[in-house]
Amino acid sequence: MTLSRLTIHELHDLLVSKEISATELVQEHLDRIQALDGNVKSYITVTGDLARKQAKAVDAKLAAGETIGMLAGIPMAVKDNMCTEGIPTTCASRMLEGFKPQYSATVVEKLKAEDFVMLGKVNMDEFAMGSTTENSAFFATQNPWNADCVPGGSSGGSAASVAADLAVYSLGSDTGGSIRQPASFCGIVGLKPTYGAVSRFGLIAFASSLDQIGPLAKDVTDTALILNAITGYDKKDSTSADYNYPDYTAALTGDVKGMRIGLPKEYLGEGIDPDVEAQVRAAAAKLEELGAHVEECSLPYTRYAMPAYYLIAPAEASSNLGRYDGVRYGLRAPAEDVAGMFCDTRKKGFGPEVKRRIMLGTYALSSGYYDAYYLKALKVRNLIKQDYDRAFEQYDCLITPTAPTTALRKGNNQDPLALYKSDICTIPTNLAGIPGLSLPYGTDRNGMPIGVQLSGKAFAEPALLRAAYALEQNTNLTRLKPNQGKGL
Amino acid sequence: MISKDVVEKVAKLSRLHLEEEEIAQYADQLNQILDTMAGLQQIDTDGVAPLAHVLPIENVFREDEVGECFTQETVLANAPEQSNGMFQVPKIV
Repeated sequence: MTLSRLTIHELHDLLVSKEISATELVQEHLDRIQALDGNVKSYITVTGDLARKQAKAVDAKLAAGETIGMLAGIPMAVKDNMCTEGIPTTCASRMLEGFKPQYSATVVEKLKAEDFVMLGKVNMDEFAMGSTTENSAFFATQNPWNADCVPGGSSGGSAASVAADLAVYSLGSDTGGSIRQPASFCGIVGLKPTYGAVSRFGLIAFASSLDQIGPLAKDVTDTALILNAITGYDKKDSTSADYNYPDYTAALTGDVKGMRIGLPKEYLGEGIDPDVEAQVRAAAAKLEELGAHVEECSLPYTRYAMPAYYLIAPAEASSNLGRYDGVRYGLRAPAEDVAGMFCDTRKKGFGPEVKRRIMLGTYALSSGYYDAYYLKALKVRNLIKQDYDRAFEQYDCLITPTAPTTALRKGNNQDPLALYKSDICTIPTNLAGIPGLSLPYGTDRNGMPIGVQLSGKAFAEPALLRAAYALEQNTNLTRLKPNQGKGL
Repeated sequence: MISKDVVEKVAKLSRLHLEEEEIAQYADQLNQILDTMAGLQQIDTDGVAPLAHVLPIENVFREDEVGECFTQETVLANAPEQSNGMFQVPKIV
């Protein structure tokens, strides 16, 4: 049996029935990483000894007849911008090479309480700034579907590891699409939860009013199971939402009768690949066939989301990344005086895209430009949120593409502006703080996976899961696998 | 239009040491990026409140109580340089 291909819920059943052991399961994944990750390059750090130890503890519980949770013993990967105590956490930056956090992120502690098995830390665009994972200071990650394509970004390692069966699921973070776009490019499920639903404590900050941690998984059921474990109020994160978080698996009914679904016209047509548009329309038609009411709608401020985002996110980043000064942790460049140390450390520690965004953000916040750029962008952000508020008076969820295209080719992504446009379908949800789920739905003319995005009002994750699960159960377009002939 | 002088000023505010060719490159790229932001200026935002944060959260307060703390050794564990239990930096003045 090839255990690595299975989902959390399938593996859980095998563990509980003692058909497999957690030790066996983790070893298969570690062997696979050893054999294949030299090509995929999804892991920055593999924590094999720790993973085996964690698996052994789960086996001991099973042997003692104890009940185990759904995530117990399931091997997974963590994006390298979430702090893991004593384990290198680099943000894929030279700035944090060798940095070993003194504490773990709340989300990691929550999974630890579920007896998780962590295989390691996965690659990303440096400080989560990028859409291809080519901005990693260490190496680029390959798309498991096609070695000439990027896995997307910034959570490219999180997506590629799951798509290549080098982890059963992973955690990513999403500031403007960084979970959903790579999930779409790699043919897996990715969910950005409502802002505040998952604690950001221990997540290395990029843009604090937009960042959110979420799951990347092989199917919708797994996504709900991970969400059950990671959501919740955290007093260590003052933006954490105190909310009565439900059991997300209750949404997995397969029944969408009477659901009201909007198809916003601004997300179709010009700038969207025709194959992608066709699949979005096909998914909408399928939902209608299953009893949902689907109609076209409009979010008129959508086109302003990209420019507003690329002022707000860099502005917040320029402030957040001020902490990398070579004083307390991370890289320090030798210098005669302290001002020289700051400037040289930041010159050596940051890559070109990070510098570009720090410059852009500093400019937008600087005296004389603040009102025209930053403040204006915040007002437009409000208009975008009001668009959604109006739409969700009528609809339970919206269906759009996740990205305008399928996976981009490698090595051809030097124009920053062209890349920023690849986030146009995902950015608006971050600005409004609402949840978005990317579901694989068929492939394009080149056999590359297409992602369909479902979004809903704040805390409407159950509606998204309900619609996604119905599509999953009623088609064979959502559980896609890359060509196994290439050694994957 | 962002001139090289503006780029140098912003780099200084950002505490980034840039090379001559980087200054020219960033001037070019920032101008291109800001061109696409120009569309925002055409939107009527009179009477629209800026939205810095999506959640209806007010200031979050807590009691000022001593909780669990890291030891000095743990806090300094990642320090590039340290001396007598403190972070050490080059001369400031």
